[in-house]
Amino acid sequence: MTAVSHLYVHVPFCAHRCGYCDFVTVSGRRGQHEAYVDALLAELELERSRLAAALDTVYLGGGTPTFAEPRPLERLLRSLPPAAEVTVEANPETVTPALVALLRRVGVTRVSLGAQSFEPRLLAVLERRAGADDVRRAFARLRDGGFDNVSLDLLYGIPGQSAADLERDLGCALALAPEHVSCYELEAKPGTRFTHAHGAELARQADSTEGYFELVVETLTAAGYRWYETSSFCLDGRRSRHNLATWLGRDYLGLGVGAVSTVAGLRWRNRPGLAAYLRSLDAGRLPPRELEPISQVTRRVERLMLGLRLDEPLRLADVEGAYDAGALARLERLGLLERLGDRVRLTARGRFLGGGATVELLAEMPANELVVSG
Amino acid sequence: MSLDRIRNFSIIAHIDHGKSTLADRIIEVTGTLTSREMREQVLDTMELERERGITIKAQAVRVFWRGCQLNLIDTPGHVDFTYEVSRALQACEGAVLLVDAAQGIQAQTLANAYLAIENDLEIVPVVNKIDLPQADPEGVAAELAALVGVDPADVLAISAKTGDGVAAVLDAIVERVPPPAGDPAAPARALVFDSTYDQYRGVIAFVRAVDGSFRPGERLRTMATGTAFEAEELGVFSPERTPTRDLTAGEVGYVVTGLKDVARLRVGDTLTSEARPAAEPVPGYRDVKPMVFAGLFPSDSDAYPELRDALAKLKLNDASLVYEPETSQALGFGFRCGFLGLLHLDIVRERLEREFDLDLIVTAPTVAYRVLTLGGNELEVHNPSEMPPDRLEAQEPYIRASIISPKEYVGTVMELNQDRRGEFHHMEYLTEQRVLLVYDVPLAEVVFDYYDQLKGRTRGYATFDYDVIGFRPGELVRLDILLAGEPVDALSLIVHRERAYARGKTLVERLRAEIPRQMFDVPVQAAIGSRVIARETIKARRKDVLSKCYGGDVTRKRKLLEKQKEGKKRMRQLGSVEVPQEAFLAVLNLDDERRT
Repeated sequence: MTAVSHLYVHVPFCAHRCGYCDFVTVSGRRGQHEAYVDALLAELELERSRLAAALDTVYLGGGTPTFAEPRPLERLLRSLPPAAEVTVEANPETVTPALVALLRRVGVTRVSLGAQSFEPRLLAVLERRAGADDVRRAFARLRDGGFDNVSLDLLYGIPGQSAADLERDLGCALALAPEHVSCYELEAKPGTRFTHAHGAELARQADSTEGYFELVVETLTAAGYRWYETSSFCLDGRRSRHNLATWLGRDYLGLGVGAVSTVAGLRWRNRPGLAAYLRSLDAGRLPPRELEPISQVTRRVERLMLGLRLDEPLRLADVEGAYDAGALARLERLGLLERLGDRVRLTARGRFLGGGATVELLAEMPANELVVSG
Repeated sequence: MSLDRIRNFSIIAHIDHGKSTLADRIIEVTGTLTSREMREQVLDTMELERERGITIKAQAVRVFWRGCQLNLIDTPGHVDFTYEVSRALQACEGAVLLVDAAQGIQAQTLANAYLAIENDLEIVPVVNKIDLPQADPEGVAAELAALVGVDPADVLAISAKTGDGVAAVLDAIVERVPPPAGDPAAPARALVFDSTYDQYRGVIAFVRAVDGSFRPGERLRTMATGTAFEAEELGVFSPERTPTRDLTAGEVGYVVTGLKDVARLRVGDTLTSEARPAAEPVPGYRDVKPMVFAGLFPSDSDAYPELRDALAKLKLNDASLVYEPETSQALGFGFRCGFLGLLHLDIVRERLEREFDLDLIVTAPTVAYRVLTLGGNELEVHNPSEMPPDRLEAQEPYIRASIISPKEYVGTVMELNQDRRGEFHHMEYLTEQRVLLVYDVPLAEVVFDYYDQLKGRTRGYATFDYDVIGFRPGELVRLDILLAGEPVDALSLIVHRERAYARGKTLVERLRAEIPRQMFDVPVQAAIGSRVIARETIKARRKDVLSKCYGGDVTRKRKLLEKQKEGKKRMRQLGSVEVPQEAFLAVLNLDDERRT
């Protein structure tokens, strides 16, 4: 068994749960931050044998990791194994000079800033607390603090967002010259408050927002960004090494409530309940988990699904049996996919239709194959 | 029993005028069944018949009244089964003509009355539902008397529902209907007026003995088709099948044949004894040919064997249903089926779906066309895709439509018939209020939603009946539908040249709306030969991505794609285009098309 070199740590705390969010989050609970860090470190100890001595990446996601109290946050970051890339997600309003100093102190190399939009009207729809000025201020503070690898998250397809709004948002983001931009289409996830309030409107505007993805890609690539993954763009090879590991099908360990791990043919997800998580680890036991065996076939299906998201070609040998050769030829004929020797990748047009192209390309296989452990 | 104590009769009526209720009441009043044994409408045995209130198969029952044996032969009441009705009537000497006191004479009343008169039947006119508040027994009696040429005083007024007057009907049957005129000493002859299939006993023939007598165990032969078999059992209907020691001239009953194929014993054929055969069959046998055709395909192509078995089972009991395997690029393996008419098609489809639990795609109904090819061969075409593009002549079946309508709708009925390429034949006032209109109309124009349109445009007041009157040449063209340049066989239609443009336009518009956008532009074209007459384009999708996909939701995203993959199985792949089944259904549902 090769040691895992990618670690994800989930910090669920937020000041407020945004309507569209379906991540595992809890708002407030400042009193529990220390206890939660204790639990994370306890889980880390229980799983440490799986990890390599020196990690490639650590990713602290949430929730809002930077909403955590400074003391427990610093304790957590200091206790994690060292890694070449250490990313922390931050909401702009939490980025104080003190926080920036803290992150520098503990060796964080990369900050992912959840801007989402610069338009007050749209930020209000999203229930975000930070305004455009908060984003700019946070960005400046990170730069002042010496961070040279900052990512900005943007959303498009927000209810009421016109094409001009989106162009303005992209312009505002580019003005800050982040090394990395993640640009996601807003999804109305079932069961969220947001879907309840805006689902019908999102469905209505589906036609008019159809071209937004093209607009995003055109604008960012024209500004010199590399469209290296469906929703991710970077300057100067500054890809997110942590996310890239997932897209390349590497194993990763996840700590914290709701965190997912995939290690050696097994995937598990910690149950989302905070209380049970704290209780188990306080007692020195692993938290409650859902297990999912990942068979060889499933692994290849995922490799195909994730690999086609990248601009980097995918080795056909790595997805042997997971794809349909006839469909591959068909997609090639339609100009949606190109072959480069023993590798393939989607063309630009193919990437806009990446979901459909992947479905097309997937080989027919009996459903039960997919859950049998490999 | 001696012939002069036998009366054989039918009840003929328009749908919903109370035929089955009267039959039930007769069974009850004569004490054939106790009321405990009575079910509503004993004679309609199929679930579908009960639900629709129509009779699909002829049935018979023997009752006794005032020392006479009365055989009631219940006839199918719909135009699709006219031939079966005529055979059932031929087995009788009299008919009760039943008319609703509130609605008066309707198209079917007229058609069936004429059929009875042609068969020299003694007609007993009866006005039913006199208990209804809106009943007009005197007015309707006058109409009826005029139709059959009797004194209005001879028209009976009853309520089958309450039983009021039913005894008088039975009296009238005994008094007015002549006894059968057969010769008990002559070589045995019996008319087959229907048959049914029993899974244990094989084909059971419903017969009217005309001459001589039949005994169990005798070798029998059908005179038209030459099928020989042994009469395993004979009997009468009371109303369940009850075996008897013989069946003699004038009587109505059944013969268990042991035959395994209903097609070998056709309605209208004559049974005789092999030992002492009759010289001449009962006249009037005709081989009934299906006029309406449609492709039946299982929605789930794996269900083909089930469809095949189900059709074979239905066919056992329905000699007029014909089918042969059909392969469509678009819809896969199925069957091209021939039906007597639209109702027949509907009944078969419903029985397949209901009794056999099949999910079907039914292609647009087409009629039988006669084609003279360039080579001078005559060809019958049942499937638009078989229509040769070049030909000397194409002929299509015509019907003579009889429509009875209140006079205020005469204009709208005429308009409908003109729209449907109908040729005016004649028109007469039946009463001051009601008009009979007769048109010759191409059957192809009727198999779409003619009947619905007629009902809709006359607020349900007009009634309609028809006879097929033969083939006439027509300016017919084959309209093909192409998806991404490939013709879709299941969507081809034969239409009149004048209609082709409008129909083609509607079809491509509907397909554009129904087919989801693909990963490339898909032209949808309607063409006659190589000439495209209508075109739409399904624009390619511009975006189809799972926007966000991080380590925590790989499983969920994978399952989503797998679900989409699974969903594609329900799509039909036509060349490079994926078409959901619903699109076919919507396009093939031509009922709506006329309204668009």
